Amino acid sequence: MKTEVIDEKIQSPIRNKVKKEKWRSFYLRLQKNKLALVGGIIVLFYMLLALTASLIAPHDPYEIDLLNKLQQPSMEHWLGTDDKGRDVLSRLLYGAQLSLGVGFASLFLGAFFGIILGIVAGYYGKWIDTIIMRFIDILLAFPGILLALAIVAALGSSLINVTIAVGIFTIPVFARIVRGSTLSVKKLEYIDAVRSLGANDITIIFKHILPNILSPIIVQGTLRLATVILTTSALSFLGLGAQPPLPEWGAMLSNGRDFLFSAPYLTIFPGLAIATLVLGFNLFGDGLRDALDPRLKK
Amino acid sequence: MSVQTQVAQDKELLLDVKNLKQHFPVKGGLLGRTINHVKAVDGVDFQMNEGETLSIVGESGCGKSTTGRAILRLDNPTDGEIYFQGQNLLKLNKKEMRKVRKDLQVIFQDPFASLNPRQTIKSILYEALSIQNVLPKAKRLERIYELLEHVGLPADSIHRYPHEFSGGQRQRIGIARALAVDPKLIICDEAVSALDVSVQAQVLNLLKSLQNQFNLTFLFIAHDLGVVRHISDRVIVMYLGKIVEIADKKTLFQSPQHPYTKALLSAIPVTKKEEKRERIVLEGDVPSPINPPEGCRFHNRCPLAVDACKTQVPPLRNIENGHQVACHLVS
Repeated sequence: MKTEVIDEKIQSPIRNKVKKEKWRSFYLRLQKNKLALVGGIIVLFYMLLALTASLIAPHDPYEIDLLNKLQQPSMEHWLGTDDKGRDVLSRLLYGAQLSLGVGFASLFLGAFFGIILGIVAGYYGKWIDTIIMRFIDILLAFPGILLALAIVAALGSSLINVTIAVGIFTIPVFARIVRGSTLSVKKLEYIDAVRSLGANDITIIFKHILPNILSPIIVQGTLRLATVILTTSALSFLGLGAQPPLPEWGAMLSNGRDFLFSAPYLTIFPGLAIATLVLGFNLFGDGLRDALDPRLKK
Repeated sequence: MSVQTQVAQDKELLLDVKNLKQHFPVKGGLLGRTINHVKAVDGVDFQMNEGETLSIVGESGCGKSTTGRAILRLDNPTDGEIYFQGQNLLKLNKKEMRKVRKDLQVIFQDPFASLNPRQTIKSILYEALSIQNVLPKAKRLERIYELLEHVGLPADSIHRYPHEFSGGQRQRIGIARALAVDPKLIICDEAVSALDVSVQAQVLNLLKSLQNQFNLTFLFIAHDLGVVRHISDRVIVMYLGKIVEIADKKTLFQSPQHPYTKALLSAIPVTKKEEKRERIVLEGDVPSPINPPEGCRFHNRCPLAVDACKTQVPPLRNIENGHQVACHLVS
């Protein structure tokens, strides 16, 4: 016991220092890539907007004011009002909550099942691998948006069903990447070492394989988030996702389509929001991939 | 039956490997059927006594590492029996095998691949202790410090990650992990091959002193004859999945009997000019273990081969106390 007390007091600063250095070197590598930094800032900016939407939104996004419909951008309504007189800026801010929320939810859904399927296939191999990967191949054979369309058509159109549909179409990408990484990590000697100590499969998978394949998962997650948000918006644009009066960006875009010439700001701003957020995630994901790649260290 | 009684009589016998075979399937064709087998280990018999160091030497692909992995049951052998302390390891289920693993440990070749890069040294060693539940929780940290001291690492390395250490130090961590559970047999799979010569000597000396201290038995798998000469009590020479010669170190290095052993030993560089020996250079390459030659596996490269070698497989015969050779020409 004595040693333990001494140990915690003396050693913890060293431990913290080690962790700090790790983060520092990661940050330095990320910082070198200026585009990735821009991407990160964009993503962070949108997240901040989404989190504080209720505080900073100048108007109620659902409040209908037919007297002031289709107004040009002004000091009162920075980005104008739509055909029902709702403030576009406020709707965009609340829309960020929806887009990011649905994006993250479907990403986690897809990643969760994708990672489990991928690890099980890669770790156990043989017929289990064959069955899982052929199933994944079937999912991959459909164009992503078509698969999501089919699922939403079957389940009925709502934001939750879109989340599930996009989640399902995200599974194969993760399953494939995780399976590949598992195969390469599984062969390393430290896995044999813990096996010869008598560790069970659960310990090996969660303690020794998963932490060592996290980098490709994180990178793929960031890049995938862009696709997921784009797909969600596309489905909403087609009327399959968010139902009125929800201020989803895709739905707003679809709504503004009828006023493309008389009030172009109704489509320009939601379009810009989608484009910049997707661009931000893509840039950030590319930078992360470079920063996390062990071959580029030192 | 006879094996068990033999084990009961001879208390010192720790490991008895009988007719061990490891054939890996070769898949091919349109449907991925098994079309052939790589006969990596094809009928290997040997015994190990407690406290000794037995080396297995041979070229790459002769099945020495596969033998080690089969004993640890990292791969399940195709056929054979492995008696460890009188228990046939291949008959044990997962749970029973888990208990035996406490006495059976391994040190790997590549110190860069044998430690999980995301674990601190403390977590690596703590894990070994907790998987086998060796000590009460309160005493484990103390034990970790003790282990680090045994392998000659500073106490403050406990919170560091593997990438902060040199190759030799990492190998010491690997040794500490193997030692953590108080094993009886440690399989050293090319344990020093990846290290610098000076570091090799340090690690070898460490292994030797640990052996004396804890009464360890080493199965030392190596291709470096200098290392083998330094550390072994007895040596097994393997060629293409079979044992060609077993002898104690002195006999093997001074009077090798099998033509392959002779050729292998003649490849050791000589430092003094007057000691110049005849260098036996073998012709051709090692045949594929998928289709090994009939009869003696060495016959197509053997300078002394006769007709019998092409058809009959030479059995491993005892020529004098403990010196076993598999050759038709040695009587």
